[in-house]
Amino acid sequence: MSRILTMARAGREALDWEMERRSEIFVLGEDVYNFGGIFGTADGFGAKYGADRVINTPISETGFIGMAAGAAMAGMHPVIDLAYIDFIGVCYNVLLNTASKTHYMSAGQVKVPMTLMIGTGGGYNNAAQHSQCLHATVAHIPGVKVVYPSNAYDAKGMMHTSLRDENFVIYLTHKGTAGVGWMGTPIKTTLSEVPEEPYTVPFGKIAVTREGTDVTLIGLGMSVHECLKAAVDLARDGISAQVVDLRSLAPLDRDGIFAAVSKTGRMVVADEDYLSYGVSGEVIASVVERDPRVLRAPPVRVCTPDIPIPFARPMEQHILPLAGRIADAARMICTRKTEQ
Amino acid sequence: MSLTPELRRDMYRQMLRSRAFDDAMIGLYWVGKTPIFAFANGPLPGELHCSNGAEPVGAGVCAALDADDMITADHRPHHVAIARGVDVRRMAAELLGKKTGLSQGKGGHMHIYAPEVNFASSGIIAEGMAPAAGMALARRLQKRPGVALTFMGEGAANQGAFHEVLNLVGVMKLPFICVVQDNEWGVSTSKKESTAVERNSDRASAYGMAGEYVASNDPDDIYEAAARAMARARSGGGGTILELRTARLAGHFMGDQQAYIPAQMKQADPIPPYRAKLVAAGVLTEAEADAIAAAATAEIAEAVAFAQASPYPAAEEAFDHVFAA
Ligand SMILES: Cc1ncc(C[n+]2csc(CCOP(=O)(O)OP(=O)(O)O)c2C)c(N)n1
Repeated sequence: MSRILTMARAGREALDWEMERRSEIFVLGEDVYNFGGIFGTADGFGAKYGADRVINTPISETGFIGMAAGAAMAGMHPVIDLAYIDFIGVCYNVLLNTASKTHYMSAGQVKVPMTLMIGTGGGYNNAAQHSQCLHATVAHIPGVKVVYPSNAYDAKGMMHTSLRDENFVIYLTHKGTAGVGWMGTPIKTTLSEVPEEPYTVPFGKIAVTREGTDVTLIGLGMSVHECLKAAVDLARDGISAQVVDLRSLAPLDRDGIFAAVSKTGRMVVADEDYLSYGVSGEVIASVVERDPRVLRAPPVRVCTPDIPIPFARPMEQHILPLAGRIADAARMICTRKTEQ
Repeated sequence: MSLTPELRRDMYRQMLRSRAFDDAMIGLYWVGKTPIFAFANGPLPGELHCSNGAEPVGAGVCAALDADDMITADHRPHHVAIARGVDVRRMAAELLGKKTGLSQGKGGHMHIYAPEVNFASSGIIAEGMAPAAGMALARRLQKRPGVALTFMGEGAANQGAFHEVLNLVGVMKLPFICVVQDNEWGVSTSKKESTAVERNSDRASAYGMAGEYVASNDPDDIYEAAARAMARARSGGGGTILELRTARLAGHFMGDQQAYIPAQMKQADPIPPYRAKLVAAGVLTEAEADAIAAAATAEIAEAVAFAQASPYPAAEEAFDHVFAA
């Protein structure tokens, strides 16, 4: 049996299933007990599992995320809800120097199996400290797996995979895609048929979300949905756009990216994170390092420019990598003469 | 300074200005957000954390300050900003993301910057601690009399920054006051559940500072405690944790149904008792109290009209101000 779920419900279902069966899994974070997490990641878990396994923490991110790492080293599998990625500034050391490096530094003797769920992204006028993506900032750390489902099917499958992984996994969800109350009506393309049974979605595999022949639009999280909108718009102009969902940043499916782009010869990478030193450049490198000749036009990045996210709507809408900017970029490289 | 009738009338006035501001913002916030609630909708988008119930904190503490003193506040900044003298027209415009706003629409409600009255706020919990201590250090290096204060919630007192900075303040005997606004809740988490001691002011002894707790949410008591802390800071006596029991009457943010709050924990509105107290003491007549309320409402209505009539910034202005020229 399957039904249509939001990403938040789908991810929660996987966590619930694993928690029912595995006593080493417990949840901790701010407002997880009463509220089920600000973005509904643990909705109803407080009542179901009790305060021992659903731990409402003080606002002490260094403390409780560091504790999660310690609990993981001692044989548990903590699942942490850190509502907004903007808050990693407070606890970054745990990510950077402990959870990510212990397995390596101990030559594999000490494992740190833990799952850190974080909400990312803007577009809802919450200004510079509550709208960032920062996925490159975490994906840059060696020793961390970073996954980024963009629809309910993957949200569930990747949550199962995260919880069965023996490593530190950062499980990102763009707030606008989660389908939770604060964020209004869920985006249609985030909803999917989700089987009731558990299943896994492997890390490090892109998904081709829409087939196309003229240009490859590559996105992650929210920008997948902006790419899908752009593809619809481009189709009206007779441009056939393929859409790729990265789904996983570390590991990154470089083979899959190369294969997809090779089919069309043109690529636009849409990334809501800051432009410079980011995933967008990494994706392009995955293609040009292997063989730049597959490209019929220079690759284009459509990202948030290197500025803090402004509050006011006209400014924020202007700087986000929305469908209009993505479609414009695609038109530009599709109409321009091939330079040989 | 002492608790003169004039000062008390002014504190009452500041409380009403703050309440009128928040009530007006709550009204605007819901425009465009029904029947479908979404942070992004309407003329006042984003999260909105209102100060209803905490007005005595802003009024009482700010009444004890001088122009050279510096403030950092948190995600719930309105009551402090207003009592400190931040321009309410430009603050209203900032909340609406307008060009005439304090930060030309760049900051929004959690990020209020008004350097003309030495006020700044941040939406990252306890992020005001260290900058305030740094401001206190600057004032000392500048040989100026200013004291630095940070305003935060009791929830913020469990951040590492709180403890690190208090130790620094204690070691350096900085002119610093940490105003802990104890409204019992950090989002849905109660103080009891999150804090190992009953009072954060008791933590002061661990850092070589003074600690004081005011339980009344009455601006008279808050003013007097703040004045004592200010005198200590100014005379080289070091820092204070000033913990003030207060209220959070409008939920954590707009949209918070507060189902997690048990009935017996419902909080009282501090404005009616203060009004009654001032009237009973002969500081205000009923008519004067009404006039203060009417003036506050009118002032805020004018500020809102100004904000609404103001233009939005141009989209390209997003690129301005990344760096100082
Ligand atoms: C570092 C960080 N962690 C978490 C949050 C999310 N958050 C915003 S307000 C809040 C509760 C703050 O409680 P308290 O300090 O008591 O202030 P109050 O809201 O009660 O005024 C939380 C957890 C944040 N903004 N920053």
